Amino acid sequence: MIELQNITLTFPDGDNRITAVDHITLRGGNGTVTGITGPSGSGKSSILAVAATLIRPDSGGVLIGNDSDTIDAAQLSKSDATALRRERIGIVFQQSNLLPALTAREQLQVMARLGGGTKRTRKAKIDARVEELLDAVGLTEHAGKRPHQLSGGQRQRIAIARGLVHEPEVLLVDEPTSALDQERGAEIMQLIARLTRERGTATLLVTHDLVHRDVLDDLVTVIDGRITAPDAAVPAHTH
Amino acid sequence: MARAKCASGKAFIMFVAWRELRFARGRFLLIGAVVALITLLVGFLSGLTGGLAAQNISSVLQLPGDRLVLQQSEDSDASFATSSLDDDTLQAWEQADGVESVTPVGIAQSRAAASGTDDRIGVALYGLPQDASGIGSNPLFDLTPTHDGEVGLSSGAAEDLGVAVGDTISITGNDFTVTMVGEDLWYSHTPVIVMTPDAWSEASTRVGGTGEATVLAITGDADWEAIGPGTGTVAETPLSSLTALEAFQSEIGSLGLMIVMLFGISALVVGAFFTVWTMQRAGDIAVLKALGATTGSLVRDSLGQALIVLTAGISVGLAAVAGLGSLAGQALPFVVSPLTTLAPAVVMAVLGLAGAAFALRSVTKADPLTALGSNR
Repeated sequence: MIELQNITLTFPDGDNRITAVDHITLRGGNGTVTGITGPSGSGKSSILAVAATLIRPDSGGVLIGNDSDTIDAAQLSKSDATALRRERIGIVFQQSNLLPALTAREQLQVMARLGGGTKRTRKAKIDARVEELLDAVGLTEHAGKRPHQLSGGQRQRIAIARGLVHEPEVLLVDEPTSALDQERGAEIMQLIARLTRERGTATLLVTHDLVHRDVLDDLVTVIDGRITAPDAAVPAHTH
Repeated sequence: MARAKCASGKAFIMFVAWRELRFARGRFLLIGAVVALITLLVGFLSGLTGGLAAQNISSVLQLPGDRLVLQQSEDSDASFATSSLDDDTLQAWEQADGVESVTPVGIAQSRAAASGTDDRIGVALYGLPQDASGIGSNPLFDLTPTHDGEVGLSSGAAEDLGVAVGDTISITGNDFTVTMVGEDLWYSHTPVIVMTPDAWSEASTRVGGTGEATVLAITGDADWEAIGPGTGTVAETPLSSLTALEAFQSEIGSLGLMIVMLFGISALVVGAFFTVWTMQRAGDIAVLKALGATTGSLVRDSLGQALIVLTAGISVGLAAVAGLGSLAGQALPFVVSPLTTLAPAVVMAVLGLAGAAFALRSVTKADPLTALGSNR
């Protein structure tokens, strides 16, 4: 579960500050995909950055976890926030952002190593998870290829697998279909929804493309840093 | 937060670096080749410097004592070539407080030839006392003959003259019997021949010298700076006395400057390469940070990558120095030793790493926030 509680985020603008996120409260439950949409500059990517602990909000809390294991990520130090991302948050970027020197399998292995120690038993588990996720995204036979040898859709699939390989509680996805055609975009959205439900991940997904809204469990619209609907998360589709 | 803190991130070390080395092997081979070539240049210059130094000072370094005393006039620096110390000076030092022993040493350069031939070679004549006290086994003093008509030859002198023990050589018109051939000792690029003090004094006079001792090798714990000016002399440590050899000073000075400049060039080249390389992968670094990599692990990864390139380049360069150096040693004064190979290699590695460390600013300053919304 992830819950943004009354988040406000401002940026300096000359002598003043502009408000990117204005008292937003939002909840993403386990096994659900919560869409965040809105026009360009509305603040949806800023919400994702706050949820990812990449930027600290001016006020509000970012609760991650369940029951007694819940922490407020907005209060963490920089190093603890880095550790949190390594352990409990998965991120899928707008572009796949794969490392050009690594093969598809290694893109996942590097993430697994970020999240684990060096013990052999743990490494074996990680390797098993890598193969499982490659299989889950249908790219086992392309595991030895580097990013430039993969199509845009395949790269995004690898990015999704990388975001899930360390079994995070929260998956944050930023415009995953922006570089794909409609058919491949639909495949990617369905893949995210399927993996989210299978793994019980709380997924927040930023998108401006509502063509694929049927895969979302909830959808909120952000305009000028505020959620337009007063009840925060509005069901978009019942599965 | 305990769960978030448990991961060390250390497992990340070198995982990406090794794969980048393979992926961009063309670029890394290029910088590795540059490092190897600079190592070759530094190694060659160091070997040549060592060889020239040995031909200049190997005999001087064998002079015993805590200090070497040379004549120093008011208007010029001390010099082995012009130093002349009379008996009064010798006695003044012998009687000085704290002085335990004084060994007068004569040094002059002349020419010598095997008897019956006209093939003369330049030689350094040392006049050494047979009864010098407090000197154990010493390659230079071991050549000291017992009679005025005898000489001890360094191996270089014997080889150049084509003589062996029992043969006769001619120096300044007098014949001397070779009684010993010892180690390869040189003075100012001429091989060493050791004579008795009297024979040396006569030879010195014949070649325009004073016939008086050139340098005093002194042991003890005296007030060196106080005694020197009163006797028109200066007492130097054996190493600092080498600056009184003009040829050594000029050769080593210029070669040493070249080596230092090559060290600087090496650091700059490696630093520039890794700066550009790190800037090119700034986006990757931001992504890794966003995914949870610590700055420390990324720094270790980058430095490890630089160390691999430096180690490989320097190793190839050293192998070339060892191979080519052994060939060059047959025609040039060239020394292949740890001091002329490993020491410069270590300096190059350290300076190269310093250059690479300069590039780390891009790593430490990379903002993971830029990974969101980046178009790469």
